Parts: sequence; structure tokens; C-alpha cells
Amino acid sequence: MTIAPAQAAMYQEEREELISGSEAIGIACALADVDVITAYPIRPYDTVMQYVSKLKADGAFDCDFIVAESEHSQFEIVKHASAVGARTFCGSSGVGWFYAFEAIAVTAGLRLPVVAMVGNRALDDPGAFGVEHNDALAVRDLGWMLYWVATAQEALDIALLAYKVAEDPRVFLPFALSCDGSFLTHSQAIVNVPTFEQVQKFLPNYDRGRLLLHPDNPITIAPQVNEDWLMEIRRQSDEAMRRSTAVIKEHYEDFKRTFGRGDPSPFIEEYMVDDAEIVLVGMGTLALPARVAVRRLREAGKKVGFLRVKFFRPFATEEIQEALSRCKAVAVIDRDYSYGSPANGGVLFNELRSAMYAASNHPHILNFIAGLGGREVLVRDINGIVDTTQQAIDIGKIEQETTWVAVRE
Amino acid sequence: MTTVQDLPQIRGVKNIPIQEGYTSGHRTCQGCESALVMRLMIKAAGPRTIVVGSTGCMYVANTTYYSTPWVVPWMHTQLGSSGSAAMGTAAGLASQMRKGKMKNEPINVIAFCGDGGGVDMGLSAVSAALQHDEYNLLILCYDNESYANTDIQVSGSSPWGANSTFSPPGKVHNIMNKRWKKNTAPMLAVGHPNCRYVATACGSYGLDFTNKIRRALTIGGPTFIHSIDPCPKGWDYDPKYSHELGMLAVETGIWVQYEIVDGELILNGPTKAIANGIRKRKPVEDYLMRQGRFAHFTPDDLKMFQAKIDESWEKWWIPGVVPMSPEAGA
Ligand SMILES: Cc1ncc(C[n+]2csc(CCOP(=O)(O)OP(=O)(O)O)c2C)c(N)n1
Ligand code: SF4
Ligand SMILES: [Mg+2]
Repeated sequence: MTIAPAQAAMYQEEREELISGSEAIGIACALADVDVITAYPIRPYDTVMQYVSKLKADGAFDCDFIVAESEHSQFEIVKHASAVGARTFCGSSGVGWFYAFEAIAVTAGLRLPVVAMVGNRALDDPGAFGVEHNDALAVRDLGWMLYWVATAQEALDIALLAYKVAEDPRVFLPFALSCDGSFLTHSQAIVNVPTFEQVQKFLPNYDRGRLLLHPDNPITIAPQVNEDWLMEIRRQSDEAMRRSTAVIKEHYEDFKRTFGRGDPSPFIEEYMVDDAEIVLVGMGTLALPARVAVRRLREAGKKVGFLRVKFFRPFATEEIQEALSRCKAVAVIDRDYSYGSPANGGVLFNELRSAMYAASNHPHILNFIAGLGGREVLVRDINGIVDTTQQAIDIGKIEQETTWVAVRE
Repeated sequence: MTTVQDLPQIRGVKNIPIQEGYTSGHRTCQGCESALVMRLMIKAAGPRTIVVGSTGCMYVANTTYYSTPWVVPWMHTQLGSSGSAAMGTAAGLASQMRKGKMKNEPINVIAFCGDGGGVDMGLSAVSAALQHDEYNLLILCYDNESYANTDIQVSGSSPWGANSTFSPPGKVHNIMNKRWKKNTAPMLAVGHPNCRYVATACGSYGLDFTNKIRRALTIGGPTFIHSIDPCPKGWDYDPKYSHELGMLAVETGIWVQYEIVDGELILNGPTKAIANGIRKRKPVEDYLMRQGRFAHFTPDDLKMFQAKIDESWEKWWIPGVVPMSPEAGA
């Protein structure tokens, strides 16, 4: 393998850079020496493509960078490039992600390890650019691994992990990196950029093996199976997703060894959860105000913690059960909605409540819908959430399962 | 750009390669011309070829798990994705070869689509693929003039008036499909001036067909071929007449056979003879009335159809190809 000289030159020494989450993912793509990248403009994810195209223009990234004529084509192109053995990257936001949905669905069905970034955005109409998680969450049943990033550093790190896990033949499933629009995609932070050498040590080449579509291996991919075989094939995907949990753990340990950073668990982040009576649960950049609120409440003597769900798929049921095994109440903060669902709650809430059904501890589980359309979730909103949750503990029951936070009634 | 294979033009039917790339294992209808098109296509292209095909008869009736007819590597693509599939495959190969991740060699990339997949739903992706000079690929639209696989529904490429399950003649409306067939190949040729090869074809002219495939694969860059494929089920006729109907489509002047090579229009076979006045066009009735899908046509309908075809030969700037004319006196 030959890396373009300018590309190799950029990453010879470890360094710190002040960059956005989108830029961090762009750098990860160059470090992973991705072969085919497809772009289509939609805010906020497209900042990653602006960055990638500049790298390519400067000779600092040798990839086939294709500006597609729609998101559907964007995802179809990488799907087919992946089938012939190319490492691929693409992404979208909001309605763009939905425009590509057919391709997104079959990419998982075909077990192709495409890595995509979702710059989370509201599904307008009515027009809205801000973050909501419903776009990415729509793939939750289809065989995509789904991760919610909280910082630019994490975006870079998990993008590298994504390739390693997705391309592991035990898994061979696509991986979506969800990044909160604006709060992550456009916000700059200091990021530690690793070297090529480190990345190459961590990340082997993508090898499609006996599934490679090539004249030397003349297979037929995706023939008609119908009721004869579809169930067995679905079952294989199910097995792959189940296996991914152990594979993620294994490669995350390897990541920490190679790069010298990372959390105890790849799946969840626990912030003062151990002795907490009330645990807040959320995803993505919500972690920032949540951590601040928890710190201040702790100073005031309140036993509150925050649990960040990082991997939504695979869902870390056992780890979450364990983390919530000591608390009295849980407040799930959803940056999404699921109209007509149980408790008319959010997606994360329903998922988590279902996961807790088989747990030994049965805390009160309340749901809070907050921050839709990019509305900021403030520390005082979180204080209110904690107060409402405390009431449930005090009176021993939940008066209202789902509460919309800071909404005009 | 990756290099192309050495695929010389074939002189004489007897020199068409014996080697098959599309064999038994499919379950297309008897007399299916699209199946013949697949067979000729891969004979011409040879074994160092990757084929991707969009949803439709040539997917559903061809590839049943455990009994694929494809000897070459084959992959399904979504109904509107033949252009993207061709580009993704070509880009994946090109990128890996350039970076030394895969052996550098010319591999043909062919994406085929039906008329529903290519002329309707996938048109924007086909158009996008034809803009990318850096990739060698061929998009072959096999046009059976309906959404055949879903039980014969009209598409933008169905002929005016054709009976289909979405355009059945009824008590009040004898003609339900009032759209005139899209003029796809010229639209793509005119719209993508950098595309070096656009052609129409018909499986009834086997040698011409295989040579067009070879020209498309060796000229470099993205190319497009549109073939007319008689479909016994959708057109409603005895399967033994497929070959003859293909010829009649050309001989009546309804289907025009040509290549556009680097901007130069070259008429082929009977079309050329008609254009040069060596042969007379047969009446459209000879073609239409052989097919059940036009059985409900009244004499007026036939007249109207004939008039439209006459107009395309007599009034169009380039007969049968470009439906406009220069400003009078200019
Ligand atoms: C997105 C999408 N819409 C609809 C279908 C249903 N469908 C399957 S095959 C087919 C017919 C395609 O027609 P055409 O491309 O002309 O191919 P043909 O069946 O005629 O060979 C349709 C509509 C589909 N598979 N995908
Ligand atoms: S319906 Fe037409 S295109 Fe489809 S398999 Fe039968 S003959 Fe061929
Ligand atoms: Mg058709």
C-alpha cells in the first residue's frame, strides 16, 4: 500500500489541533486512508465533506471523492465500492439521511462495513437545521451500529474504532457516527491527532475475503431468497450484531493500548453514577450541561449522576442494568420523539425502560423530551428534571411519565 | 483513469465468443429478449467483468439463491441505482488499484437497468455517472417497455396507448397511456457532451449488439446503451416472434439504430438503409398489430401513431433522433 506523500507527511508526529467534530472525522478518514468518499450538501454534516475535499485538493488525502447527485446515490456508490473491497465513508443529516434510506437499509442487509456520519438534524418540514436524534435513530432496527459522540476527540477516536469493528469479519456491519448538529459538528475543541504509524498499527486494511466482488472471485451477491432463506440470513445479521459487543470491547481495549486514551467502557460513560440516587440518562453533547448540573447538585449535597449512552446499537443492556442497579430513580432525557409510543415517550426512554424490565433493581423511570430542533438544554432545565424526578421518589410513584422540557404550552 | 481491455470488434457472427458468462439457472419467460441481451452482453465483455443489475426481471427472474446464471461476478443494485452502482464499483476498483491495494488491471464494469429503473427512477443517477469521465463503465438499459417484473405497468418508456396493468383500455378511456415514449439515448447524448459513446441496440441484430458492447467498453469513460427488448409477456405475443418483432421495430422506423461516437452520429443496419432512401419504412401497423398490448387500437389510433413516426422521420432535425429543427431560414 502506498500513502500519498503529502498525506503521510501530515501525520508524522502526534499533535494537538483546535478543530470541530466534523474536521476530526475528516482527519480520521485521511488517517484511515479511506478509498471512496461521497458527498452531498446538507447542513450540518456537510462540514466534514468541505474539510475532506480541501484535504484532497491539497494532495493531503488520496481518495476518490465523488459529489453525488443525491443522498440516495451517495449511499449507493459507497455501498458498491465497499463490495469491491474499498474502504468508504459518507454521511448525511435529517431529511438527507431519509432520502438515502433505501440504500441505508440494504447496506446493512448486505453486511457492508460502510462508515457514515450523521450530523443529527431535525426532520424538517417545518424548516429547522438544529439537532434532533430521530434521523439517525431511524436505522436502529436495521443492522447499523449506532454511536453518539460527545466531543471532537471522541469523534476522531470512534471513527477509527468504527472501521476496525465494522470491517472485522465477525461483524461486517455498517457503522453510523451520530454527531449533534452544531454542538458537535461546528464546535471546536482541542483534539489530539495521532500519527499514521499509530493508526496503521491499530487498523488493518479492509479485507472482504471470500465475499469480495471481483473477477477472481465470481460470486453473485443478493440473489432472490424469499421465504426459502431470508429468515436464516436475517438470523446471521442478528448473530453478527450480537457478536459485535465482544468485538467492540476487544478493539476498544486495543485502541486504548495504542493511543493511550479512552473510557473504561466503550458502551456507556458513567459520571458519578456509583452512589447516585437519581441518574440522568442521555446521549451526545447533552453530556456537557448534564455534567455541569450534576457537579453543582453534588456540591449542594444531592446524590445525582449522569449516564451517557454511547452505543445505541448494540444497546448495552447488561451494563446499563448494572449501572442503574443502585439508584432510586432514572430520568431519561430524549432529544427525539416517538409519537404514540408507550408513555408517549422518546426512543431512548422506551428502549431503556424495556432494558430495565429484566433488571434486579426497578427504579422509577421518567422521561423528559428536551432540546428538540437544536434548542439548548440548559443547566436549569436539568435542575428542573432532577426536581421532578425527586418528587417521584418522595411520593413513591410517577405522576407523569413523560414531560416536555422548556416548552411553550 | 484505469486502462481498458483489448476487446477487438468481432467480424462475423461465427466469431462471437463461444464462452458463456450467463448460462442456465435463470427462469425468464420463453422468448425473453432481455435474457438474450444479457447473454450477448457478457459474451462481448468476457470474464474479466463485474456486472451489477437493478431490480426488475433481469434480477428477479435471473438470480435465485443457489442457482445463479452468472458466471461472472454479479451484484444486485436498487431500482434507481444502476448509475450509482456502476460508479461505486468503478471508483472502488480505481481507488484501490491506484493506491496499490489491488492488482492493477482493466476490469469491465457494466451496470444494467430496465426502463423503469433507468429511464424513470434512476435517470438522475445515470446522468450523474455519465458526467464522470474518470471512470470506465457501461450502463445498459434493457427496455422491455414496461415495469415487467411487477406485472407489466406502463413506464416513461412505454409506447403511447400500450395496454398495461396500469393502463388498461376501458369503456370510457380506450387509451390510458397518453405519454409518448421518452427519447432517452439522445437526451443522454445531448446532455452529456463529454460522454464518448451512446448507442441504441436490439438483440435481433446480434453481431451489431456485441460490437456495440465492445465499443462502449473500450472507448474509455462512462458510456450508455439503450436496447429495445421484445417481451412476450408484456407485449402479449407468441414467444417465437421475439426476434422478428425486434426487427419490425427497426423496420417500421419506430426504433432507430445508431451510435453516437465522440459526437458523431452513425446510423446502423436497416435504419441507415431507411435514412438513405434505400429501404422504405414498413407501416407501423405491421408491428403494432402483432402485439396484444395494442389490440384495442382503433384505425384512428393507428393513424395517429403512424403520423407521429412519420413526423419523427420527416420533420425532426436528425430523423428519428433529435426532435427539433433549426429556425426556418437559418
Ligand atoms: C424503490 C423500489 N420501488 C419499487 C420496486 C418494485 N419493483 C420491483 S421490480 C420493478 C419493475 C422494474 O421495471 P424495469 O426497470 O423496467 O425492469 P423490468 O422488470 O421491466 O425488467 C418494480 C417497480 C422496487 N423494487 N424498488
Ligand atoms: S416478463 Fe418480459 S422481460 Fe420479464 S422475463 Fe418475461 S419476457 Fe423477459
Ligand atoms: Mg421494463
